[in-house]
Amino acid sequence: MSTLKEADPASPAGSADPFKHRRPLGDRGFQIMALAAGLLVLVILVLIVITTAQQSSNWFSTAGFKGIFSTTWDPGANKFGAMAFLYGTVISSVIGLIIAVPISIGVALLLTEVVPRRWGRPIVYVIDLLAVVPSVVWGLWGIILLAPWLQHIYASIASGLNGVPVLGTLFGGPNVEGASFFTAGLILAVMITPIVTSLSREVIATVPVIDREGAYALGATRWEMIRGAVWPHSQGGVVGAILIGLGRAMGETIAVALVIGDSAQITGHLFYTGYSIPAAIALQFGEATGGEFRSALIGLGLFLFVLTILVNLVARGIVERSARRMRGA
Amino acid sequence: MAVEAVPPEAVDLREPAGWRRTKNQLMTVLMWAAFVIVLIPLGFVLVTVISKGAGAISWQFLTSSSIPPNVLPLGTGGMGPAVIGTLEITGLAAVIAVPLGVLGAIYINEYGGKGWLAKFIAFMSDVMTGVPSIVMGLFIYTIWVLHFGFSGLAGSFALACLMLPVIIRSSYEMLRLVPDSLREGSYALGATKARVTVTVVLPAAIGGIVSGSLLAIARAAGETAPLIFTILTVESTNSNVFSGPDTALSTQIFANAQSPYVGAQARAWGAALTLIAIAFILMIVARFITARFTRYSR
Repeated sequence: MSTLKEADPASPAGSADPFKHRRPLGDRGFQIMALAAGLLVLVILVLIVITTAQQSSNWFSTAGFKGIFSTTWDPGANKFGAMAFLYGTVISSVIGLIIAVPISIGVALLLTEVVPRRWGRPIVYVIDLLAVVPSVVWGLWGIILLAPWLQHIYASIASGLNGVPVLGTLFGGPNVEGASFFTAGLILAVMITPIVTSLSREVIATVPVIDREGAYALGATRWEMIRGAVWPHSQGGVVGAILIGLGRAMGETIAVALVIGDSAQITGHLFYTGYSIPAAIALQFGEATGGEFRSALIGLGLFLFVLTILVNLVARGIVERSARRMRGA
Repeated sequence: MAVEAVPPEAVDLREPAGWRRTKNQLMTVLMWAAFVIVLIPLGFVLVTVISKGAGAISWQFLTSSSIPPNVLPLGTGGMGPAVIGTLEITGLAAVIAVPLGVLGAIYINEYGGKGWLAKFIAFMSDVMTGVPSIVMGLFIYTIWVLHFGFSGLAGSFALACLMLPVIIRSSYEMLRLVPDSLREGSYALGATKARVTVTVVLPAAIGGIVSGSLLAIARAAGETAPLIFTILTVESTNSNVFSGPDTALSTQIFANAQSPYVGAQARAWGAALTLIAIAFILMIVARFITARFTRYSR
């Protein structure tokens, strides 16, 4: 710890030369074990890249840059283009974010600014419950109950909007399905709400009380206080929280695999069936016995890893920076 | 200069008036509405899983020795092998990940201090929590399963990789709360750093560490994606977690959810209720430990 830096407690007082006294073996052993456990994190991250790159090099070398980002995924013809999966991943995650972000920020503000601490507890428990329901259970519920129910709603929305310029493309069309980009987005919204809420709440809670009181003293209403004192302070951190939610949404596998409809197509129609990167890996891995097919799926995994790591690096960087600024202020 | 005293108009300054007030109230209502919207899917899913799952669950369902083919209706066999598989695989994962995670947190907080390496490890373990679970499954597939074959152990490795950063983060938060005066007190008595950490710092933080670990285990118990590449879901009990294909509740639900048969779907609901029950029990125990045994909290 910082206060102990000058006098290393491990070398007992009285010994002028710290090297004269050898620390007991157990003490050094424990330190090495702790260091090894800490380094394990870095080792795992590096090994993920190395092993998956090795196993997928076949795909990268045969397909080439053009083949990887082509739109045809046809294992029978040995064509493995990932564009449709990438498209589905991005579209469903963005839909999820658009729905989840206002709700998460609303609940976070409710917890920090509106409800007294005592009453906040049960609300936090409820949000945590949402996080504990396993992904596969959301998927099971989504495909057996939600999707058939949504199909009717989608169908009536689509018939009402057919022909309307922009909305007709997004929500219209003759082939609406219960399992679609939009259903996947809805399920993703439910699944990322807990993490975005709790991270935003942590950030908002760090806003100094004096800022809030200052705003109130100027006669601000609670909402004006939030806009004027809380928001400028926590903006950066909340953006970070949203990005972390985006990373989660892109990597979510099982629930999306069950409700996105599983057909690799690129279309502007949100109520049509689609596919996503993790869903493709999960659903096609069993049948992928051939060399290039399997290496393409592992390559998709590596691709997903790089994508989510980048999103998370940026997000954590933003959170860290805004936290540091907050401490400085 | 004589100042003419302007008689103040009768304005009540205690309450903001008009649009500002309405806007404030509107926003408060919207915040509550956000919470209600969150409640809707949660309520729906819990009610469905409980009502559909309760019909499927029986003693025989939880303990039968083999999972029947999808075409068979509910009543013959059950999810016994999957229950055993989930408990074994998650338990083994916890045995691997909890000690490593706590040790990692000890390194970051007790040894690394303000050094760059500790900061970097802490940062990267935060980033690692964002690695999708399916990537961990593929990782263990490429590094372990390709060489040693499918097994419950491989599944445990994948779950342990997922749990590790979460446990590091939560344990680190707890260790940070232990006041320095405790450490300094025991250094003053001549204890070595390892001894201080194990006998003074850890016991002071143990409540939070245990409850954080339990929450990580509860999350891991429900994971599906890392298991489909590592345990190769089978239909009979594999009591040896270290070798041979295994099965788990989550992967069975995933397989059954894609099946058109009513019996398979009913078994999926039963398995879902079992899985949620396991996760909730762990979560409640964690809450209890937090409330009862946490000495220092934020």
